[in-house]
Amino acid sequence: MCLQDMKLKELEGCLQQVDVFESPKLLLEQYPTRPHIAACMLYTIHNTFGDIEDKVIADLGCGCGVLSIGAAMLGAGFCIGFDIDEDALDTFRTNSEEFELSNIDLVQCDICSMAPTNLEKSVDTVIMNPPFGTKHNKGMDMKFLKTALQMARTSVYSLHKTSTREHVQKKAADWKVKMEVIAELRYDLPATYKFHKKKSVDIEVDFIRFSFD
Amino acid sequence: MKLLTHNMLRSHVSGVTRGFPLIIRADEVKLNSVDFNREFVARMIPKLEWEALVQSAESVSITYLGHGSDLPRELASGYENDEEFLKKVHHVLLEVEVMEGALQCPESGTEFPINRGIPNMLINEEES
Ligand SMILES: C[S@@+](CC[C@H](N)C(=O)[O-])C[C@H]1O[C@@H](n2cnc3c(N)ncnc32)[C@H](O)[C@@H]1O
Repeated sequence: MCLQDMKLKELEGCLQQVDVFESPKLLLEQYPTRPHIAACMLYTIHNTFGDIEDKVIADLGCGCGVLSIGAAMLGAGFCIGFDIDEDALDTFRTNSEEFELSNIDLVQCDICSMAPTNLEKSVDTVIMNPPFGTKHNKGMDMKFLKTALQMARTSVYSLHKTSTREHVQKKAADWKVKMEVIAELRYDLPATYKFHKKKSVDIEVDFIRFSFD
Repeated sequence: MKLLTHNMLRSHVSGVTRGFPLIIRADEVKLNSVDFNREFVARMIPKLEWEALVQSAESVSITYLGHGSDLPRELASGYENDEEFLKKVHHVLLEVEVMEGALQCPESGTEFPINRGIPNMLINEEES
């Protein structure tokens, strides 16, 4: 079977095998993108926009790597995962070894302290599920987005809370990038992130494509 | 860390203006086999910092070959049809991996360690 023509269900099945955070760090907002959401995102990026096959892809806040691994399976030329946390990167490495994906590289760094010229326009596509930011570090997702837009030559795919859509739209206009909400997702965030009593809480999240054309 | 990644990374130590290319110290190098994707390599080449790639290949291949690399200093025209050349570039970009060592900022001298194949670009405030 040609991997590039993989069916959505098959991709989701593979992504279910990806190991996730062993002991998630709350402050870093370490929860993985669920296999179903990750597969849908990647499938759309690949089939509708052709932004994966043979492309150089960056994954900011890559965690254990579900997005990069899926992209590599769909035929990405090269994927680079960036994360601040060593433990997550170790799990990522084990995952890519288990899937025998050899066109993936990892870098440990703080996305928020990257200089604007670092990796400027050096990748084709950025695919990310950024930390949304908490009480203490509001607007983390926008910092990630800013860096992503500096790095990408073609497009950036990201998740942002639907409740902040207007703000994201305003920023996109300020930065002169095109923004398209591709899908509205229901996302079950572990309750700890909302200091909630329930086990998990559904929040509404936009899956957005930013581009320069 | 593969050399394709190295070709994109810069030092972001404050006060540094270009911070590129980072100097590689390769203590341990691993060779992987990666499927040759001709189109991908040919399309990548014009986007690379060629001089930096030649330099990095040079310093890394000393570790695993015991001698320098044989990439040409300058790109020859018509390289996109030269299969042998494209395979060489493919090898250098994707198959060679620095597992242990360090990257050094060419301006400030700050070192970024590479462990288990992952460069750590976090700036340690206490150190500086
Ligand atoms: C919501 S998780 C997403 C993980 C993974 N991309 C996925 O889709 O499963 C956010 C990730 O961002 C990382 N992170 C948080 N702050 C960061 C920072 N300042 N720089 C780089 N990575 C960061 C966390 O370690 C975590 O892995």
